[in-house]
Amino acid sequence: MATMAASLGFAKRGFAPWAERNLQPLLRIEAVSKRFGEFTAVDQLSLDVFQGEFFALLGPSGCGKTTLLRLIAGFERPSSGRIILDGVDLGPVPPHRRPVNMMFQSYALFPHLTVEANIAFGLKQEGLPRSEIASRVADMLALVKLESFGRRKPHELSGGQRQRVALARSLVKRPRVLLLDEPMAALDKKLRGETQFELMDLQRRLGLTFIIVTHDQSEAMTVADRIAVMDRGRLMQVAPPAEIYEQPDSRWVADFIGSVNLFEGRVGDAAHTIEGTVLGRLRVTAKIDAEPNATVWVAVRPEKIRLIPCAVESTQRDNAENCVRATVVDIGYLGDLSLYRLRTEAGALLQAAIANIGPLTARGISWNDEVWLSFGPEAAIVLTR
Amino acid sequence: MNPQPQRSRLAGIVLWLPYAWLIAFFLLPFLIVLKISLSQSAIAQPPYIPVFDWSAGWSGVRSFFAGLSLDNYVFLGSDPLYVISYMKSLQIAAFSTLMLLVIGYPIAYAITRTPPRLQAILVVLVILPFWTSFLIRIYAWMNILQHDGPLNQLLLALHIVREPPAWLSTNTAVYIGIVYSYLPFMVLPLYAALEKLDQSLLEAAADLGCPRWRTFWAITLPLSAPGVIAGSLLCFIPIVGEFVIPDLLGGSQTAMIGQAIWSEFFANKDWPTAAAVAVVLVCLLVTPIVVFQHQAMRGMERD
Repeated sequence: MATMAASLGFAKRGFAPWAERNLQPLLRIEAVSKRFGEFTAVDQLSLDVFQGEFFALLGPSGCGKTTLLRLIAGFERPSSGRIILDGVDLGPVPPHRRPVNMMFQSYALFPHLTVEANIAFGLKQEGLPRSEIASRVADMLALVKLESFGRRKPHELSGGQRQRVALARSLVKRPRVLLLDEPMAALDKKLRGETQFELMDLQRRLGLTFIIVTHDQSEAMTVADRIAVMDRGRLMQVAPPAEIYEQPDSRWVADFIGSVNLFEGRVGDAAHTIEGTVLGRLRVTAKIDAEPNATVWVAVRPEKIRLIPCAVESTQRDNAENCVRATVVDIGYLGDLSLYRLRTEAGALLQAAIANIGPLTARGISWNDEVWLSFGPEAAIVLTR
Repeated sequence: MNPQPQRSRLAGIVLWLPYAWLIAFFLLPFLIVLKISLSQSAIAQPPYIPVFDWSAGWSGVRSFFAGLSLDNYVFLGSDPLYVISYMKSLQIAAFSTLMLLVIGYPIAYAITRTPPRLQAILVVLVILPFWTSFLIRIYAWMNILQHDGPLNQLLLALHIVREPPAWLSTNTAVYIGIVYSYLPFMVLPLYAALEKLDQSLLEAAADLGCPRWRTFWAITLPLSAPGVIAGSLLCFIPIVGEFVIPDLLGGSQTAMIGQAIWSEFFANKDWPTAAAVAVVLVCLLVTPIVVFQHQAMRGMERD
């Protein structure tokens, strides 16, 4: 597992405290459950988050990710289990005494207070001297580039400015952990992209620990050091973004993150082969964690599939592994990519994503064309569950 | 984007309807009262002079205006009875409004904290007394508060008092009647304001280190100010002119301004003085309305 992390997780910035032995986590969630009547929002969930991490909770709506965040903030009490921060059990600590701060999805800015007073609110609760409050508020305003907006009320700001005020207000108390609940959900797409990078930059500069809740995979992939994929109150996989994408450990995660082609088959007698899929026998490079004849699934990302028109006699396909003949059913043109829907002779439907590198006219594949579809054995992910 | 002329004409009519209503049923009657307040009492039909004489032409108009005077207002200022009545009314109204706030705010706050289905039921319960005639409810209070009434029987049975205290014809009885009658007018606007309050603001305050009681003063109360103002005005203004409650439950020492108007009109048959009392009352009450308008405009800007 450590080598896997080394090959993928380190890509970002050589930071992987979760791979180190004997390192105490900053935040430890121990078998926490939260039930609302009959409904179990969080189910026996355990998780460690380390100092300086940018951690993302990703999942479909209703998966319990926001409930988990609210449990950490103290707005909900766990039905069972413990939440430990810096070695202190947070169980009996009320929300206003927890050294964590939250940035709310709605921003929850106080409408009757100015931007300055909103940011100063948390510091005033600590009873700090006025001069210190003023200087720290000014620092925060500078940090989020809102120096000239201190006297305005929240309703006099744009959505993006309000978002930055909310961020400044939650950062000003220097929380041990900053909790961000869908912080960019209300921004338009372009602004969201810029803000993601600003947020990463801020987190790195301040050296703080961030836990972000999001349902947007590209957002989680962009900002996070590690992603916890959640479904129905449970953790499905916790890993760095590249590992989640390249080495999902279940069909659910493979299917939830990005798009994927899935083929059921059984482990072949020969090493690294899967028999009986709709594409026939497949060769894989990954180690197969199952006995021969066990049912497994092969997942292939659309962008790892190659298409060669049958009209072109190519040497590439001779002796090619994992290669079948297919017909182009549909083409979706996305600009940077084109999505091809293909049907094999056996009737299986697949999706391939091909980067549009050359000019449009130079592309040889059109509707109803016969193509050779192939992928390298290293592109095949073998899933046992 | 050209508005269709027919539609804009209809919109114009609709916009003018409230003004027409106010002119017909507020401004015109007020002008009539104002005119009567500038007249002199007379044994006549109607019981005041001058009366506008259409048949006399231009000289009739001149003699009409010559007959008007501010004498009644001078009289009001010179007679301490009226000044005391005004002060008494304002004092009772102010104190009642304060009590209504203190009682109504927790009720409204508690309603917003119950599940939505229960909230609807509780709001209906708040306005339930309106389904019984106001007069019957005040008569019921007369019965409750009388010397051998249920209240004194209860107090005696619980050994809280040895001698049954006199309730009727006291200021206390007036306060009880007013607070009881006006409570829904205080609770409903407060409930409306508190119900709009975004719960995540309270969570944000807690998250930033603010304990609950301080969150109330820093967040809840300022954000419910429009409801506090609306409820206070809805209670304060009618209480100042309240007639029935002090008349039925209060004694001679609680002569509120409504009773003064009544006795001028019906006991003394002095319509001009009664009208002058009423005009001064309107002027006194316009001030809080202007303040409220100002606040409401600020609130609209915020939204």
